[in-house]
Amino acid sequence: MSADPIYTEMIIEYSRNPSNFGKIENPHIHRHDSNPLCGDSIDLYVNVDGNKITEVKFDGKGCAICMACTSVLTEMIKGKNLEEVKNFKKDDLLSELGLEHLIKTSPVRIKCALLSLKALKYGIYSYFVDKMNDTEAAGNLKEEAASLY
Amino acid sequence: MQSTTYSLDSIRSDFPVLERKVRDNKPLVYLDNAATTQKPIQVIDAITDYYKNHNSNIHRAVHALAEESTEAFEATRGKVAKFLNVADTREIIFVKGTTEAINLVAYAWGRDNVQKGDIVVTTEYEHHSNIVPWQLLTQETGAELKYIDIDENGELMLEQLDEYLATGKVKLVAVSHVSNVLGTITDVKEIIKKCKNADAKILIDGAQAVPHMKVDIGNLGCDFYAFSAHKMLGPTGVGVLWARKEILEKMRPFLGGGDMIREVHKYETTWNDLPYKFEAGTPNVADVICFTAAIDYLTKIGMDNVRNHEIELTKYALEKMSKVKGIVIYGPKDPEKQGGVISFNFKDVHPHDVATIVDKNGVAIRSGHHCAQVLMEKLEVPATNRASFYIYNTKQEVDVLIDSLDQVAKVFKL
Ligand SMILES: Cc1ncc(COP(=O)(O)O)c(C=O)c1O
Ligand SMILES: [Zn+2]
Repeated sequence: MSADPIYTEMIIEYSRNPSNFGKIENPHIHRHDSNPLCGDSIDLYVNVDGNKITEVKFDGKGCAICMACTSVLTEMIKGKNLEEVKNFKKDDLLSELGLEHLIKTSPVRIKCALLSLKALKYGIYSYFVDKMNDTEAAGNLKEEAASLY
Repeated sequence: MQSTTYSLDSIRSDFPVLERKVRDNKPLVYLDNAATTQKPIQVIDAITDYYKNHNSNIHRAVHALAEESTEAFEATRGKVAKFLNVADTREIIFVKGTTEAINLVAYAWGRDNVQKGDIVVTTEYEHHSNIVPWQLLTQETGAELKYIDIDENGELMLEQLDEYLATGKVKLVAVSHVSNVLGTITDVKEIIKKCKNADAKILIDGAQAVPHMKVDIGNLGCDFYAFSAHKMLGPTGVGVLWARKEILEKMRPFLGGGDMIREVHKYETTWNDLPYKFEAGTPNVADVICFTAAIDYLTKIGMDNVRNHEIELTKYALEKMSKVKGIVIYGPKDPEKQGGVISFNFKDVHPHDVATIVDKNGVAIRSGHHCAQVLMEKLEVPATNRASFYIYNTKQEVDVLIDSLDQVAKVFKL
């Protein structure tokens, strides 16, 4: 059997043992999102100190792709600046898991891979707009989130 | 007379799509027949022929094409009646599918016959199309919606129906003939008997039955029966509601418009005769007419042969699947008690991951809630994988499925 382009060791491992799995009580940023087709359903929780992400967790249920991508995203953003994270692109996440090809090969499964990034972008947007009253800082995060897939 | 030999090769050669290669040149293994079946060349040709040579509106004009189309449309009605052993063609109403058929009953019959305090009964293994219309009706009227639960074999616990019927309040029992997820064949004869004794009407969702086994509506004794053409080799956008003439005559129309009227005045209208009273507007003329080719095709094979072929495949698949590591199979797990439908999951593996791995080998199965979320809740899973067979599937194709499932077990280290 040739190596599977999607279900690599790394993805299976992450789906079995997701990183940063759990919940933060009263987080600064909280966003729920789901994929109706797959039934992926996640809650993303983020705490910040100033502009720095100090704590990230997620919980929920999903397919292996969704669980792996969400795990990796939480690892990538922990300790980073919100400004940096705001500019995250699809490929930044997908390339970590070798899943860039999904953009072309599977318009269905790409949603599983990018659900967490979408939740994150929306989450940061409403953090800036609703909590900080800073629409300028929010930029066009909302449009970006909506156009991910 | 039915033919006793079942020529799988010649059947397969009638389905152009089965020659397709998918995903890096793998032969297509189409096992999503419960969603919709493929179409034989006879049906595809009939559609082209209709638009090339006969296209016109029906029931309206006297020119040659209109007469041809009207005649062909009514001929299909006759074919359907004969196929289901229905004596009176006026009881055959063309709609766009099972969903519309059930909604028609909920709307046109339900709103005049179900009141506050009444009970409508459905089951845990219904498709959303046999749940949501009853929710709408009972919410609107103040009636109550009750469910017949399923046991661990995926069969209905009919003693619950006895309890409901004993209240004397049940107006309607709506149940599917074959479950689209578990494959369970409902004991409709028994349910009909119980309903008759309690003076309750019975509607049967036959979307997964009519395509796969002989259904004799003439002798069944139910009140309403619904199914879709696209799940039995026919075109999309065509379905049938059968109902007893006495009931249809008393019902008010569903949609108002052309064709369903006799005379329209400024403030009143008289209804057309059956079945036209329920066929407002220009129907799906082309696809209804081409449905004939699908019925002819199935009739030629013989429905008993269709059923036997599916029993054989289901038996073969159940045996092999039960040996796949980490698999959980739902439903009766008995080919005699189920249609050609098998639902399954792998422990800890999301159904969409299963479908993706299987799809790489060209195998089309369905993963999801199958429009049966009430059942998913009962099974305590978000979704299942489902393989469903039809006349053109082979044991070799089942083998490809099994190999793919073994790959799933391997990839996920089960
Ligand atoms: C048991 C059952 N009922 C109803 C339906 C709905 O049929 P349609 O979508 O053709 O209206 C289906 C189709 O999936 C079904 O399997
Ligand atoms: Zn998913």
